Amino acid sequence: MSWLLASADYLAVLLRLVLSAGILLTVMPLTIYLERKGSAFIQDRPGPNRAALFGMFRLGGVAHVLADVIKLVSKEDIIPGGVNRFYFKLAPIIVAFIPLTTFMIVPIADVVRLTDTFATPMATLEIDGGLLWFFAMTSLSVYGVVFAGWASNSKFSLLGGIRSTAQLLSYEIPMALAVVAMMLTYGTVQPNDMVRAQGELLWGFLPQWGIFLQPLGFILFVTCAFAEINRVPFDLAEGEAELVAGYHTEYSGMRFGLFFMAEYMALVTSGALVVTMFLGGWQVPWLPTERLVAEAGTLLPVVLGGIAFLLLAAAGRLIRHYQLYTRGRWGDARDKEPLVFVVLFSVLALAHAGAAGAAWGAVLPGWLPPVFAALVQISVFTGKLLFLCWCFVWVRWTMPRFRYDQVMDLGWKNLLPLSLFNLLLTGLVMLQPWGRQVLPATPVVTLLLMWLWKRYLLPAQARMPATQRLVVREEPTA
Amino acid sequence: MKVERVKPGVGIESTYLWHVAKGLGVTVGHTVRHLFGGEPVQTKEYPEVRKEMPEGYRGKHRLLQKESGEPKCTACMMCATVCPAACIHIEAGEHPDPKVEKFPVTFDIDLLKCVFCGMCVEACPVDAIRMDSGIYAFADFQRDDFVVHKDELLRTPSQWSDPV
Repeated sequence: MSWLLASADYLAVLLRLVLSAGILLTVMPLTIYLERKGSAFIQDRPGPNRAALFGMFRLGGVAHVLADVIKLVSKEDIIPGGVNRFYFKLAPIIVAFIPLTTFMIVPIADVVRLTDTFATPMATLEIDGGLLWFFAMTSLSVYGVVFAGWASNSKFSLLGGIRSTAQLLSYEIPMALAVVAMMLTYGTVQPNDMVRAQGELLWGFLPQWGIFLQPLGFILFVTCAFAEINRVPFDLAEGEAELVAGYHTEYSGMRFGLFFMAEYMALVTSGALVVTMFLGGWQVPWLPTERLVAEAGTLLPVVLGGIAFLLLAAAGRLIRHYQLYTRGRWGDARDKEPLVFVVLFSVLALAHAGAAGAAWGAVLPGWLPPVFAALVQISVFTGKLLFLCWCFVWVRWTMPRFRYDQVMDLGWKNLLPLSLFNLLLTGLVMLQPWGRQVLPATPVVTLLLMWLWKRYLLPAQARMPATQRLVVREEPTA
Repeated sequence: MKVERVKPGVGIESTYLWHVAKGLGVTVGHTVRHLFGGEPVQTKEYPEVRKEMPEGYRGKHRLLQKESGEPKCTACMMCATVCPAACIHIEAGEHPDPKVEKFPVTFDIDLLKCVFCGMCVEACPVDAIRMDSGIYAFADFQRDDFVVHKDELLRTPSQWSDPV
C-alpha cells in the first residue's frame, strides 16, 4: 500500500499545481477583459462587443481577448539590430516567470483531509519560508525589467528600465515592512496559517481579517503593490508621453505579449497576496473549515440549490436582454447567442436542482465533505481575487499618473516612515496578551507619530514643506 | 489681480486618499449606472449606425441636374480654376442645343487630392456642384477608384431630402 500512498502524494502535488496555475491563468485573461470592459463602462462606452467565436458567441466581449492573443501570436517577432540578443530574449521570460512562481505559495483552500492518514495542503508550494518566498521572487522581477531596458539598445527602453528599477527597489522596502507587520500580527510566516488565523473573531463578531486588524498596513501594502506591478498611478516606466512604452518599446509579437500577460499575471498575484493577507484568503466569513466539513450534509444541497437559482435568474435576465437589445441587432447568428445560453443555463440549473434534491437528507460518502469544503473555499477565494482585480482596474481608470519625484517622495518620505512606525507599534501591541483586540486602533497613534515626525522631529530642512496653494482671484476692475 | 496663499488641507484632506476615494466614487457611479442601463452611451456602433452630419458639412461632391436630367454644369471651368488642390478635371464639349453653349464631356474629381475646402461650391455660377452628400467615408482598393466621374457625381444624392 505504501506505493499507493506515495503516488497519491504525487497526484496531489500535480493536482494542486494544475489548480493554482489554472486559477492564475484563467483569472489573468478575465482581468484583461475586466480592464477593457471596466474602462469602457467608466467612460460611458459599450466596450469590446463585436468579435464572435464561430460567428456566434461574443460572450459579452471575452472573444476579443482570444482574438488579441491570436493577433499577438501571429505577428512578426522583430528583434532590432544592435540589441544584446541573449538578454533581449531572456527578459520577457523572467518577467513572466516571476508572478507564476510567486503565486505558488498562495493557499487557495484549507488543508484537505481526505482520510485520517492522507491530507494535502492546497498551495502548490508548502515551504517553511512561507512569505519569504514572496520577498525573494518579487525582488527578482527587477532583473527582467533591467535586462529589457538595457539589452534593447534604445534610449526609451533604457530610461523606462531605470525608472522602473528605481521604483521597484524603493517600494520593495515599505511593502516588505508591511508584510512583516502582518507576520507579527498573526505570529507566523506561513500563508495558510495566516488565513486560518483570520477565521477567528475579533470582539466576538468581526472576522480577524487583515484589513480590520491592520487598516494602515492594508493601505501601505496595496499602494506598494500598485507600484510593484508598475500600474497607474505609478506607471511612469511606460509613460507614453515621455517614453513611448518604456522598457518594452522595442518588443513586438509574442515577446511583447509575454510582457503584457506578465503585467496582468503580476496584478493577479498581487491581488492574491492581498486577499491572502488582508481579506481572509479562502475563509468563508463565520464558517471555518471544520464547520464546512461537519455540516456538509445540509450546506451541500443549499449551495447547489443556490447555484440553480442563480442560473435560472441569469437565464431570465438573458431572455430579457434578448428581447430588449439583441433581437435582430446584427442580422446574423450573433443575434441568437443569448438563447443558446438560456438553454444551457436552464439545463445546468435543472442538473443542480436535481443534485440538490439527491443530496438532501442523503448520507454523504466520506470523501465528499472535505472536497466540498475545498471547492467552496476555492470559489470564495476566486471571488475575492476577482473583486481585487476589479479594484486594480477601477483605480487605474480613476487616477492620473504621479510625477516621478512625487513617486519617490511618496515612497521614501511617507510610506517608508509610516511602515516603520506601523511595524514598531504592531510589535509593541502584539507583545501584550490582549494585543489583537486593540490592534485596529493603532493607525491613529501611527499617524500621530508620523505627523510629529514630519513636523518636528526631522531636521529643519527636511520637514513638511510649507506647500501653499496659490489662488488667483480676478479683482473687479473699477 | 490678487494672489492669495491658502494653507494646505489639514487632516484627511492632506493624505490624498480622501480625493482618491471621491474619484473612485465617481467612476464606480458611472459603472453601476452603465450596468443597470441608466447611463446614455454616446458610442455609435459605426457600420450599422452612422452619424447624421450637421447641415453645412462638406462631404463628397455631387453634381446637380437640370429638370431634363442633364448636368447643370456649363463647363465654365470656374471650379477647376479656383481649386487649390487642382483635383477637378473638366473637358468641355459643344452642346447640340444652340441656346446652350457648352457642357462637360468629362467631369472628374480626384478625391485623394481634394482638400474639401468647398471653394468649388462657392465659385460655381450656376449652382451645379455641391458638397452636401453627407458622405464622409470612402475607402477603396486602388488609387484610380478614388477618381469619381461625372455619372457617379450626378447620381450622388443629397443627405437632406429637399435640396433648395
